Amino acid sequence: MPRTIKLKKGFDIRLKGVAGKKMAGSAEPDLFGVKPIDFPGLTPKLNVKEGSEVLAGAILFHDKHRPEIIYTSPVNGRVVSIERGERRKILEVVIEKRGNEAIDFGKTRHEEITEERVKESLLASGLWPIIRQRPYHIVANPHDIPKSVFVTGFDSSPLSPDYDFILENSNISHYRTGLYALSKLANGRINLVLKEKSGAGSYFSDIPGIEIHYFSGPHPSGNPGIHIHHIDPVNKGEVVWFANLQDVSILGRLLEEGIYKPEKIVALTGSEVINPQYYRILSGGSVASFVADNVRPGNNRYISGNVLTGTRIRSDGYLGYYDSQVTVIPEGNYHEFFGWATPGIGKFSFSRTFLSSLFPRKEYRLDTNLHGGERAFVVTGQYEKVLPMDIYPMQLLKAILAEDIEMMENLGIYEVAEEDLALCEYLCPSKIEIQSIVRKGIDLMIKEMS
Amino acid sequence: MNSLRKTLDKLKPHFSKGGRFSKLQSVFDGMESFMFVPDKVTFSGSHIRDYTDLKRTMTIVIIALLPALLFGSYNTGLQHFRSVGIESGIFQSFGYGFLRILPFIIVSYLVGLGIEFIAAQIRGHEINEGYLVTGLLIPLIMPIDVPLWMLALAVAFAVILGKEVFGGTGMNTFNPALLARAFVFFSYPGWMTGDTVWTAGLTAGKNIADGFSGATPLSLCVTGEISRLPSFMEMFVGTIPGSFGETSVIAILIGAAVLIATGVGSWKIMAGVFGGGLAMGLLLNAISANEYMHLPFYYQFVMGGFAFGAVFMATDPVTAAQTEKGKWIYGFLIGVLSILIRVLNPAYPEGVMLAILLMNVFAPLIDYFVIQSSINRRLKRVKVEIKTSVK
Repeated sequence: MPRTIKLKKGFDIRLKGVAGKKMAGSAEPDLFGVKPIDFPGLTPKLNVKEGSEVLAGAILFHDKHRPEIIYTSPVNGRVVSIERGERRKILEVVIEKRGNEAIDFGKTRHEEITEERVKESLLASGLWPIIRQRPYHIVANPHDIPKSVFVTGFDSSPLSPDYDFILENSNISHYRTGLYALSKLANGRINLVLKEKSGAGSYFSDIPGIEIHYFSGPHPSGNPGIHIHHIDPVNKGEVVWFANLQDVSILGRLLEEGIYKPEKIVALTGSEVINPQYYRILSGGSVASFVADNVRPGNNRYISGNVLTGTRIRSDGYLGYYDSQVTVIPEGNYHEFFGWATPGIGKFSFSRTFLSSLFPRKEYRLDTNLHGGERAFVVTGQYEKVLPMDIYPMQLLKAILAEDIEMMENLGIYEVAEEDLALCEYLCPSKIEIQSIVRKGIDLMIKEMS
Repeated sequence: MNSLRKTLDKLKPHFSKGGRFSKLQSVFDGMESFMFVPDKVTFSGSHIRDYTDLKRTMTIVIIALLPALLFGSYNTGLQHFRSVGIESGIFQSFGYGFLRILPFIIVSYLVGLGIEFIAAQIRGHEINEGYLVTGLLIPLIMPIDVPLWMLALAVAFAVILGKEVFGGTGMNTFNPALLARAFVFFSYPGWMTGDTVWTAGLTAGKNIADGFSGATPLSLCVTGEISRLPSFMEMFVGTIPGSFGETSVIAILIGAAVLIATGVGSWKIMAGVFGGGLAMGLLLNAISANEYMHLPFYYQFVMGGFAFGAVFMATDPVTAAQTEKGKWIYGFLIGVLSILIRVLNPAYPEGVMLAILLMNVFAPLIDYFVIQSSINRRLKRVKVEIKTSVK
């Protein structure tokens, strides 16, 4: 009987606009974007130009420092633009879809699935980046030998999609093949983490080498970093790999059908969505194809991902590589008269300093206002309440700001990623940019260790 | 409100970089953000942020201080009229006391905020809210007969040398309010000890009623006049001489309830201080070598600034221990030291101030040991794994 790890620390932000359990069908975007900025630490080197014709699964760019890791087109079509930002940094490669042709990577029979074959398929098809690693929360290095592999089978972030619902509407065979294939990368063993009471375990419990873990508790109980910390923590010099369950199904399809077709079920959520529901879409697809007429007019922020860690996109921007969710919330660029002094019945807060804390069930329409100015660290003991790890977040952040490598190691920099401390950033009364500090610390460690 | 907003928008360019009054930018920003929560939106990281900020946090502390302020006003009047032998009503007493404290509060804020504004402008930072609380705490822990110039000097000392030289709110080692009190205590001991300074007008000594001494319970204890102590109930309610806001344990407990209910003040520190005081009080009771040690331990909680220090001073998050386990230890040691200094050191009738300032110094050390234990757990994990893999 698998045990349930019960987490108490954490916090669920009660937002309006959770997706109803309804499939709205497939979104058929014309434009697709592949964004190097989805992969922290990546220095992309382009293999295509504007106007190049590509098949689904054909290379668009590769990692300059690890050239075997390539990034490929989700569809057949033509590269219509390559958007660049400051200092000519590549922001997105945009492909216009034409037809359905795809590169044939060859079908793999169940008994042919070996470590070598799986690695080969992942790297050749551009699907390798679904495997990420701790430490550093970056795309895994194919030459490493991980001490274990985790697959995240649920999401606890605000308005997150329901994985049980996704599985009900998916081809389970793809998932099973993908999980089995991944287990080959870790000596035939794989950890699947599910939400407490999830029915999904029955789909997978007979896969050889699988170990299913259950987690309960508020966000961030669904973060891979939290799972790894509680089951098989990363120490200095060790590497643990992890992937998302939906991404694993793309691997399953690749092996079964021989094509790269990164299809996912995505939840459209947020208070500004008229009809929050689920859509089937290929990774990188333009969200305009399913968002357009389902959003309330106004000054809105479109986010690929959730409100804590997602990426800000245009209303016709592209779904991020790792995202299974699009969130639309109102912008908050307004002045509020004596806002800090009001009783605050409608002001949702982690702290109990507003009257809203008397209504523990209400859901809120929250906007992007900062609600204050940046200050030094003053209040203590708050971050710890939302980080279910044996880690002192404030001390770790201070070590990063001081660039004290040894202290960062000691305080657990190898175990955390931005997303694990995203709630700390949300509730910080001093409005400190915690996620960028964490990433700065990780970048510093990568530089120091290479 | 809208017209105010428009005026501010019109004025803003003059105070921005390159404007005529750009030297006053911090002051303008401070005033603007005081009246209007800024329209800034999230740029990177989390797209939504909590409604709480430091202004809100500080406001809660000020609300928690109000009962002590109100009762202090009443008690100051009450003590004054007692000293001159006049019967007075509640409102008369309150009115007198409030008018006495008002100049203290005004001077404290003018001097303190003035320095904060200048410091923020020099650094090019936004103005920090920390002084909103400190500025009210300082008058509440002063004897009412302290001259205003002395208060102004103490505030300047506390803010400049206690806080700004360290980098402002969040960077200081010592509790600034206590530093202000310590400044007066050591520089002008005559104004912080003895029997006359605690009652308004008693220092001047005009028309004093016969038999009124103005001695605080703590000074009675030190001078061995324990038989003259007010009743426990009187000290609990707070109708006794003492610093302005410290006398009423009831008012302080209401404040503590506000701080704990909102989560702004650490209940662990408060419980730690009372726990430490209890432990030391019981120990002294057990030894009972003199009359003061024999005094039941619970009297210690209602005399002097013990309760006020536990609830409002020890809980300052910047100068306290910052780890949760550390907070227990920090609070406990403050409680122990407060009573220890009080009872065993005749030079200092009140030990709370010195105990907290001393523990401010040791708070980082406490945190160091707490964090080291987490680091050791992490290192041990590696060793255990190496062992198991060798098998």
